[in-house]
Amino acid sequence: MTIIGIDILTFLIAAPAVGAVALLMLPSQMKGLVRFAALGISIVIAAISIVVFFAYNSMNTGAYGMVVDLPWFELIGVGWHLGIDGISAAMVLLTGILTPLAILVSFEIDDRVNMHMALILFFATGSFGVFAAMDLMIFFLFYELTLVPMYFIINQWGSVDGREYASKKFFIYSLGGSLGMLLAIQLIGWSVSTVPAEIVATLSETTPALLSYVAGSPSFDIGVITALWPALTTQIGGVFLGVDIQTVKTLAFLGFFIAFCIKVPVWPFHTWLPDAHSEAPTAGSMLLAGVMLKLGAYGFLRLVIPFFPDVWVGEIDILGAIQTNFATIFAVLAMLGVVLGAYSAFGQTDIKRLVAYSSVNHMGFVAMGLAVAALAYGQAYMTGSSVHIQDAILATNGAVLQMFNHGLSSAGMFLLAGGIYHKTHTRDMTQYGGFWVKAPILGGIFIFTSMASLGLPGLNGFVSEFLIVRGAWSVFTSLTVISMLGLLFTGGYILKGIRAVLHGPFNMHWKDHKLEIDLRELVAIAPLMALMLITGIAPNWILSVINASVSLMMGIPVQA
Amino acid sequence: MDLASFISNPNYLPWLIPVGPLVAFAIITLLTNRSKWIPATSSEYGGHHPDYDGMNVAVVTATSRVVSIIVGMSGIVMAWLISLRVVFDAFAIDHLGETVLQSSVAWISTGISSLNMGVLVDPLTVIMLVMVPFACVMIFIYSLGYMANDPRQARFFSLISLFAGAMLMLVVADNLLLLFFGWEIMGLCSYLLIGFWFEKPSAYQAAIKAFTTTRVADVIMMLGIVYLYASAGTLNFRDIMYNPAPELATTEEAAGEGEAAKPVIQFAREDAGGLVGEGENSEGAVAEGEEEVYEEVYVETIAMRLAETPAILFGGISAASLIGIFLIIGTIGKSAQFPLHVWLPDAMEGPTPVSAMIHAAAMVSAGVYAIIRMYPLFEAGGHPHDGDFTSPLMLLSIVGSVTALFAATIAVAQNDVKKVLAYSTISQLGFMVAALGIGGYIAAAFHLITHAFFKALLFMASGAVIHGMEHGEHHVHAHAHAHGGGGGDDPHAHDAHAIVPVHADDHAIEAHGTFDEHGTQSHEHVHFDPQDMMNMGGLRKTMPVTFITFLIGGLSLSGLPLLTAGFWSKDEILAEAWLGLTEGFGPHALVFLCLALAAFLTAFYTARQLCLTFLGDARTEEAKHANLGRGIVSFTMTLPLVLLSIFAVIAGFVGVPSDFPLFGAIFSSGGNPFHDFMAGSLLVHPPTLSFNLFPVLVSFAVALGGLGLGYLMYGVKPLVTAQPDPLVKILGPVHTTLKNKYYFDELYIILFVRPSQWFGRQVSYLFLDKGVIDGFIHLIARVFTWIGDFIKTLNAWLIDGVGDGVPELIARFGGWVRGVQTGRIQQYMLLIMIAVLVIGILFALSTGALQASP
Amino acid sequence: MVETVSFPVLSLLIFIPIIAAVIILFLPREQKDLIKGIAVTAAFAVFVLGLFTFISYNNNHEMIRAAQDAIIAEGGESSATRMYDETLVFEERVVWVEALGITYHLGIDGLSAPMVLLTGMVTVTGVLMSWRIEDRTREFMAFFLLLVSGVFGVFVANDLFVLFFFYELAIFPMYLLIATWGWVKLREYAAMKLTLYILIGSVVALVGAIAMVLQANTFFVNDGAQIFANAVESGILPANSSELSFSITQLTLAAENGAFNLPFVGDISFANVWFPFIFLGFAVLAGVFPFHNWSPDGHVAAPTAVSMIHAGVLMKVGAYAALRVGIQLMPEGAHTHLPWIVFLTLINVVYGAFIAFRQRDFKYVIGFSSVSHMGLVSMGFATMNLVGMTGAGLQMFSHGAMTALFFGCVGMVYDRAHTRDIPSLGGFIKIMPWVGVAFIIGGLASMGMPGLSGFVAEFPIFQGMWEASPTTVLQIGSFSLTNYYAILVIIAALAIVITAAYVLRVTGQVFFGEFDRAKYPDVDDITLRERFILVFLGAPLILLGIYPSLIAPMLETGLRPVLALLGVAT
Repeated sequence: MTIIGIDILTFLIAAPAVGAVALLMLPSQMKGLVRFAALGISIVIAAISIVVFFAYNSMNTGAYGMVVDLPWFELIGVGWHLGIDGISAAMVLLTGILTPLAILVSFEIDDRVNMHMALILFFATGSFGVFAAMDLMIFFLFYELTLVPMYFIINQWGSVDGREYASKKFFIYSLGGSLGMLLAIQLIGWSVSTVPAEIVATLSETTPALLSYVAGSPSFDIGVITALWPALTTQIGGVFLGVDIQTVKTLAFLGFFIAFCIKVPVWPFHTWLPDAHSEAPTAGSMLLAGVMLKLGAYGFLRLVIPFFPDVWVGEIDILGAIQTNFATIFAVLAMLGVVLGAYSAFGQTDIKRLVAYSSVNHMGFVAMGLAVAALAYGQAYMTGSSVHIQDAILATNGAVLQMFNHGLSSAGMFLLAGGIYHKTHTRDMTQYGGFWVKAPILGGIFIFTSMASLGLPGLNGFVSEFLIVRGAWSVFTSLTVISMLGLLFTGGYILKGIRAVLHGPFNMHWKDHKLEIDLRELVAIAPLMALMLITGIAPNWILSVINASVSLMMGIPVQA
Repeated sequence: MDLASFISNPNYLPWLIPVGPLVAFAIITLLTNRSKWIPATSSEYGGHHPDYDGMNVAVVTATSRVVSIIVGMSGIVMAWLISLRVVFDAFAIDHLGETVLQSSVAWISTGISSLNMGVLVDPLTVIMLVMVPFACVMIFIYSLGYMANDPRQARFFSLISLFAGAMLMLVVADNLLLLFFGWEIMGLCSYLLIGFWFEKPSAYQAAIKAFTTTRVADVIMMLGIVYLYASAGTLNFRDIMYNPAPELATTEEAAGEGEAAKPVIQFAREDAGGLVGEGENSEGAVAEGEEEVYEEVYVETIAMRLAETPAILFGGISAASLIGIFLIIGTIGKSAQFPLHVWLPDAMEGPTPVSAMIHAAAMVSAGVYAIIRMYPLFEAGGHPHDGDFTSPLMLLSIVGSVTALFAATIAVAQNDVKKVLAYSTISQLGFMVAALGIGGYIAAAFHLITHAFFKALLFMASGAVIHGMEHGEHHVHAHAHAHGGGGGDDPHAHDAHAIVPVHADDHAIEAHGTFDEHGTQSHEHVHFDPQDMMNMGGLRKTMPVTFITFLIGGLSLSGLPLLTAGFWSKDEILAEAWLGLTEGFGPHALVFLCLALAAFLTAFYTARQLCLTFLGDARTEEAKHANLGRGIVSFTMTLPLVLLSIFAVIAGFVGVPSDFPLFGAIFSSGGNPFHDFMAGSLLVHPPTLSFNLFPVLVSFAVALGGLGLGYLMYGVKPLVTAQPDPLVKILGPVHTTLKNKYYFDELYIILFVRPSQWFGRQVSYLFLDKGVIDGFIHLIARVFTWIGDFIKTLNAWLIDGVGDGVPELIARFGGWVRGVQTGRIQQYMLLIMIAVLVIGILFALSTGALQASP
Repeated sequence: MVETVSFPVLSLLIFIPIIAAVIILFLPREQKDLIKGIAVTAAFAVFVLGLFTFISYNNNHEMIRAAQDAIIAEGGESSATRMYDETLVFEERVVWVEALGITYHLGIDGLSAPMVLLTGMVTVTGVLMSWRIEDRTREFMAFFLLLVSGVFGVFVANDLFVLFFFYELAIFPMYLLIATWGWVKLREYAAMKLTLYILIGSVVALVGAIAMVLQANTFFVNDGAQIFANAVESGILPANSSELSFSITQLTLAAENGAFNLPFVGDISFANVWFPFIFLGFAVLAGVFPFHNWSPDGHVAAPTAVSMIHAGVLMKVGAYAALRVGIQLMPEGAHTHLPWIVFLTLINVVYGAFIAFRQRDFKYVIGFSSVSHMGLVSMGFATMNLVGMTGAGLQMFSHGAMTALFFGCVGMVYDRAHTRDIPSLGGFIKIMPWVGVAFIIGGLASMGMPGLSGFVAEFPIFQGMWEASPTTVLQIGSFSLTNYYAILVIIAALAIVITAAYVLRVTGQVFFGEFDRAKYPDVDDITLRERFILVFLGAPLILLGIYPSLIAPMLETGLRPVLALLGVAT
């Protein structure tokens, strides 16, 4: 499947960047032209991503599709290796949908329009690249690339008071966090070359990814690494780099783990998020919450779980007192994220911070689902026991769907919060009150979106949370029970938000302000609301796609 | 399939029941709800809304008001008609219990499993379909008049349509998840409708309270659903509680003695998606060997299997019990049982039709309905009739009886006409829950239906009273202002001054809130409270129809023997309890005592309410002029009262025990119709109780006694203006406690609300995130800076020191150097020379070495 | 051996600047425009030639690789030298001093080709940057071009003597340029310091080189006679060549056949004695710790154009020579000594970054960042494997363009604001957006942001460190250490974050924030000429980042002989 001779995935990745450069060429005075050009480009991109999704959907196998594999940097054995499966298809679709909406929303930006729009498009390039990458280094390349546009969006167009601190914290924290991952990637890419040829040969019978791999050469191909890197422990073991292989693995694992924990963000690595969110401009927050956080969760699912089955379930004891494993620790952190995220959101008076903490809360559920997946996958890989596989499939489906849903609802929430902030120039909810009187439509939309984020049955959030809780129930029962506290306070902060914005006697301070939602914002949020409703009522349109790949991922070790 | 065949198939028809209201909701919200912007001070925008000087507000336009009403009405009426059709289809099937109407579609497919959503019509559904849509229609009609002057009537109709749609969805659901959908959406609707007048702090606080309290229960209920799904692999009611557990169907012995059983099961299966045709010949098939089917065959259902597996948490109880307890907690929240009852009385802040909706037709009934629906799961592993109670049943009976009594006591001391009814609802729901706890499955269902009718009636009647009082109030003010020369047509003129704009600079939400309190102090209570029964009296003169209907409803509530529906249903519960009591079962005893007492109190406070409201003379100006006026408003508000009052009487006669003296012969010659019908929804039919005089006498006694006492205290010598309630003297401090609802709200604020606010702000956000975590990050940053500074200094001192120091030393050494600049060059040159020398030596050494080497 | 042209490209590279310099010196000093014209013409000429050599090498590198593969497959005596010989293109050989075996022998391989291109680029931009020099333009331009020709000479030389000749030729103009046109406060001191360090280093290296030549000579006279004969006969060495020769090819032959492994002082081999002197002697110019301090001062003191060519090219000259003379000619020494020298490079990386992080002076930040990045180059050498050394090559090119761009940006800001004090600057991106964007691109490249050249250079270096980790052994007497590269790389990676920190800090404080018009009344946007400079230097960063294989394969062909000498299979 190609567009003007370029395969569709490469085109999807390149198009936004090219478009961005084109935008920078446009004269910055002609703001209208720039805005609509940006919108046009992004709509084309969205269309392509939708085509990609449904084209993949029609293939309807859980396996990778639309694969491209071209030489790129032979020196270190890195190829331009792209492809999507059900999980990435959903994420690509999400990115494709959110980009034009973000651009539509940032019509409100009036300063260096073309730069701002270009950055949004660059961000899209980065995200598409991450989701389509089948090569570890390509993944990392785009993963880091997304930082730059987001940094400048926050740093340049954010709210004046705190943007310096917030953007720097966000950038340095993420970059520093991914440092360990960079080293781990290099270590892994090289160490697969130490796997003896005969082991490669035996493994290649079960894993097609190895067929084109030459034993003894370094490789960053995710498929190859998935097959070989765990085998280092299970089939070779012994001493590696002068220390026990398990130590090396654990360190590499931590490299990935911390990087993605920061990105997701998992408690307690989350504190950059509220700052970044609250200071970022509306479009920035939308993309940050809608897409960027997903990069981390996607990384867990695509890399950390398949690469480190042995580490996830490996026994570790803390101070000789507690016998546990990383999967459980991860689940505990996820639980803390759910509960404390909800509590912190409940404790806010700044509306954007409230929504930001709601992201911590919701992504906590994603993390919970991933923890289940990690445990089940690890056990299945190490012992071949498929005891939790069914739960894991449910939980993982839930997690991926939750990623998609949170993308919709958090983007919607930030759109609304940003809209209100743009009109009132304050984020302090105590200054609001009774806006429903003056903005009936905004009120309706605000409640709808809040309810989607609250997880009201019939809207998208519920489906994924139900699946996650269902999957986690039999694996981490008590943790699931505690997480319910978080679910309860989700209600708490959502109602607090609605009450502060819409309820109560109208605050006459805003008597002469226009508070009703703009038509532009309305157009931007309408697709989100439609998707929330459709996904809530008939989730199978996307869940079937996700499920195919998730089952395949979970299924492999069971068959093996 | 084309629509015709879809509609003509009774299995599919139930799908359409909730559609009407839901579509109506969508249409009104998206299309017909059009507003015009008018000054907030104009009379069109009044009622329960504060006035904002010099600001325009949205008011629904006349046309869209009408259109929305039409859409909403047609939606609910459509639902009503379809459900009638479904009911008749269902009646056409004998033994509906085995041969249900059902169909389902795959909803989500995950891994190998797939979760289906579908509809199910079995006897329980049928009786709900008889009650719910009708009550809804009544409430809708009533709202026509009641909300006639509200500037947001269109929104009201859209929301209440969603409410009705959700309730109907819940009723026809064939699985727990779809039920939960309706359950939660109703929660949302109640939130939005209780807070419909969202400017009133009392209103939105009540709304938040309702939503939060029920959510506490709902998340736990969700755990139950999850656990059930995890352990049963399905959420379908029939699969879990009626059909045999999957693997049993395949094993030999099941097949062996399952001979007779087979048909039963197969019909249940076949009819899924099948046509009525099959349904009919199935009846034929069942006709022969159906009697023995129940007696002989013991089919193990999933529910029973769960009763044998130990729970995943809290070892010691069975999985079924744990799931049951989780689900029951859900009901405790939804049906406002102790200790989660606190939200229901405040829910009165919503418009009265909403109260009726919540209290009678929909929300709280849903809680009890859910328990009845899942009853076999709670019962699984126990036999309440033989005194063998599972922990869920224990929980039910205790919570139910406690609630019944406790709420009744509070109701005694309330003066707000709606609050009294609210607590009576809580207490009556307690009756049902308690009945379920002791296995009174059918009695509970029966009371659910009858209660729905008379409670809907009572609420709307009280609403009529309030409306009348407000009418009177307007009348009075109209005079006052006529003298004052103010805008006579604006009843709320001086509220305008009550609501002062909130300034941007008031800080905490609390401050904001308290400010609102002031705003409403003046708005609600200070000048006049149209809901306070102490302000009423003698309304029977001005509002006769309301009086009669209220009277009928009240008597039915207090269970006036033989005539009213309330009597029959309550009596059945008491009979159930008495039976167990005679056998010496603890729970039965508890239930019997509490409920008898509660029934007495019910009768008493009902009598008190009737007397205070309608008897004697008017205690205020307003009460004197209280009436519904003429025209459409009064008609639409009285019509439902009349219709419902009929049901409040006759609804009881469908469930008269067949061996009840005289009445049994008249109404149920061929066995208790309600009992026989309902029994079908269980796999093992509950036995009919033989007539026993004692409980009947008890119900006679409590009902008449309570009414009598109440009449003696308030009816014989009605209170006059400003005369205190005699109860205050009699009960003393107890009365204060009751009036303050045992201080539960205060308790909860201290125990839960404040701590979680404190934890969220102070601990979770400020201490953990801002303090500990960020502190750590900043520390790292600072350490790096220190290292940087250290190295920088090191570089300057050490490296440069050496680099520049060496030449300096040489300079000192070679004292012949003069002048700084030129000197330096020479120093450097000298240094180079020295270097060359050193290397030269090595070099010479090397050549030497080389010659040495062969 | 691949010959593509008949005319002496490399000689032109060297002599065009010299000739231009001479012409300029004879012009009247008033005719500034003519002077500038000639200078810029010469600069463009050498750039075009450099580009030409680069491209023509690039077109042939497949063929060269194939030839190398053939030799590897065939194996046999002195195969590495043959590979090296294959790799050299555009060779020119003229006998210079017969008696001393000095031949004017030029040629470029995969390693020097990118360097030549880089030099061309920096020359052009440097001349353009010096457009505003009004004080003694004539001399400035002349010296500048002299410096350039020296640099070219080093890169294309294939004869040790020629190499040293141009090496020294490059240093003296440097001294004068800084001392005369530099920043008044510092120029004397800095120019002197710079000259001192580099001269000492080069002299040390020179002595070593002479020793090496003599050693090779004796070797060929005694044990290696047969080898020498074979080489001459097989055409690796010219027919008329004598045993005493400065030719790098011939020395390579000697090295490969163990001439420098013979015991020298006691039982310590020649290579083990001399490697540190030669390697570090050159590495001084590459700013290796602890001999780095001349460079930040030099950068700060020097006029913009000089800083550009200094950091952009001259430091590469050091690294290049260290590789060419040190590692290539004394592989055994490399094996012995690089395992400890790597610690110095590690210190460079982290230490430089930390100091840059805490500087107030705009130019010092860039200066120390160069120290840090050049440390990565040496670290890449220390890996002694293909990935790491190719990374080093990429880093040399990437850092050359990047740091030249940096100094260009600094210069443009400084020319207008007349201060380099970071806190007192601010908001300059509003006035000169191009400079801001260029600086940001450079900054992102320097913090190793994927998609820019820095990443594709640093990644292989670290990768090489991992690969080298199990094989490298540090042997000091009885004490031996292995697998420590893994730890070093983890520490080195820290520099990335610190780099990010100071890049963000500088960007934020200099280019973002509020611009104070009152403080800087006459600050205006940059001219077209300066934009050209920025694009000219910025484009390669992006190109290389998006498609590293522009240079990587070529570097590989250049490095394979070296690795073959090191005994590493490629």
